[in-house]
Amino acid sequence: MSQRLFVKGNEAVAMAAIEAGCRYYFGYPITPQSDIPEYLSRELPKLNGEFIQAESEVGAINMLLGASATGVRAMTSSSSPGISLKQEGISYMAGSELPGVIVNISRSGPGLGGIDASQADYWQSVKGGGHGGYHIIVLAPASVQEMYDLTMLAFDLADIYRTPVMVLADSVVGQMKEALVPNPRPETTLPEKDWVVRGRKEGTEQKIVKSLFLGDGELEAHNWKLHGKYDVMREKECRQELFMTEDAQLIVTAFGSVARIAKTAILTAREAGMKVGLLRPITLFPFPTQAYRDVTGQCKKILDIELNNGQMVEDVRLSVARDAEVHFYGRPPGAGSLPVPEELFEQIKKYY
Amino acid sequence: MQQVFQRPVSLKDVPTHFCPGCQHGTIHRLVAEAMDEFGVRERTIGVASVGCSVFLYGYFDVDVVEAPHGRAPAVATGVKRARPDSFVFTYQGDGDLAAIGTAEIIHAANRGEDITVIFVNNTTYGMTGGQMAPTTMVGQKTSTSPYGRDHAKDGSPIRMAELLAQLGGVAFSARVAVNTPKNLMDARKQIKKAFRYQVEGKGFSFIEALSTCPTAWGVTPIQANERIGGEMIDYFPLGQFKDTAQWKPQPPPPAPVEQPGALSFPEFMNEI
Repeated sequence: MSQRLFVKGNEAVAMAAIEAGCRYYFGYPITPQSDIPEYLSRELPKLNGEFIQAESEVGAINMLLGASATGVRAMTSSSSPGISLKQEGISYMAGSELPGVIVNISRSGPGLGGIDASQADYWQSVKGGGHGGYHIIVLAPASVQEMYDLTMLAFDLADIYRTPVMVLADSVVGQMKEALVPNPRPETTLPEKDWVVRGRKEGTEQKIVKSLFLGDGELEAHNWKLHGKYDVMREKECRQELFMTEDAQLIVTAFGSVARIAKTAILTAREAGMKVGLLRPITLFPFPTQAYRDVTGQCKKILDIELNNGQMVEDVRLSVARDAEVHFYGRPPGAGSLPVPEELFEQIKKYY
Repeated sequence: MQQVFQRPVSLKDVPTHFCPGCQHGTIHRLVAEAMDEFGVRERTIGVASVGCSVFLYGYFDVDVVEAPHGRAPAVATGVKRARPDSFVFTYQGDGDLAAIGTAEIIHAANRGEDITVIFVNNTTYGMTGGQMAPTTMVGQKTSTSPYGRDHAKDGSPIRMAELLAQLGGVAFSARVAVNTPKNLMDARKQIKKAFRYQVEGKGFSFIEALSTCPTAWGVTPIQANERIGGEMIDYFPLGQFKDTAQWKPQPPPPAPVEQPGALSFPEFMNEI
């Protein structure tokens, strides 16, 4: 399809959800993601879908849990404080092995914080934000096109692995308008949903969607099963963008919105004759550990840039070759505090 | 020979784990009978809550989703909206529904979700060891109200059936008990009525069933049953609090009379 549209990142998320076959959305208003529920409240009824503005984020994630248990594709979206409220439900969905897509157009914190673009939800997203020791797949788009493509992918990954999948972005990517090619839903072989609750017909087995396991050894086995899935994800689902890394003497690493700014700074550095590249993780869980190990085989300097006080940098340090140096430059959010390319270029020069 | 009594087919043939004198089993049976009567078992999706009632799937021969504590009405909303042809019920205790799950129950009820909620009120948190619930009677001693529930500090027991009856989305709300044969027969009738509302697609139906917890109350099963007929029914009266077949919507409040020229803003807005 060659059609090109000029849309907001949040709208791209909503469009991709519809193209992916999602007809059920449950949400609660919060800035800066409200374009998503607004779009879907308008479009889903036309498609015989259901839009519910829930009483709370807690209500919304549990509606998602219920809808997903019946086998349909469903979604919720929110922003950081709202995602905190959803963590209970996300833990239950992870424990019950329920697919579902959760979009976090994150804002700054802690607490009420502000609405500025922030990447301070990295830990909450990738380390299992709720109780009980689980992971969900976390995708980090850096453009409007990726908002669309990764939301589409999120639905497939959720179904393939029977897991909640989060699309983690911020207001820069969510509110920005860019050209978008709304690609049709790709053909994917998906596992049959033979576990869903649809009413026990005579001659079929009773289906139970649950996360309570009280039998001797049951819960331990269940936990190992979940962690086995995480190992498969680590092996098969890591995604990253490598930009000018082949000859790099310094590699900048950043995800989402700030990676775009870093890319401009890298081009400036290249013009100045400096061999600088970019490693941008697209999946934050599974974290593309191998890519870091590979690039630090020859390049021994890594500069990690985040819109927070240093979170992903911990995973970067665990991933790089032992003799590589990892530096960090953080810009926790504040009004007008997005770094400009010149500022990042200064950091590149400092560590090059 | 004619068989005059049998286990409802919606109920599994399993031994009960509930304590002696607990009335969950009786209430389970009445719910299963209603399921049989309307022939909805094969399209029923139950939503289990947290508490003693979590083992719903162990007793009912239907598909079940387990909800987080208090969230069953939200989960049921998702289930019913995604599969409107299914018969959806939640089965929740008083800590689950009337404390941690108040937002979910009130809003599911107010939206008029086409589901049935079975709310079992035994005035305590049974599974966690008999702590004070929002339904605990004033003066009642529990493991977290060792001096008795104090109205001044803890408030008074919430009457959920009456509270929910106020909401526009609720089609049917009733409170029942199973402490005497007469009350049990009436409970059977009310539960079937609640089910009929959903079967006919007429909106949200709510049953509050008073129940015993001899273990947490620290009394014998007989004493527990006597308490239902005594102080509990005195405070939590049985009966229907809403039955839309008989209920007439309130007329909307009269529109404010517009006064030409009287357009004014709050004072603080004139300060700028």
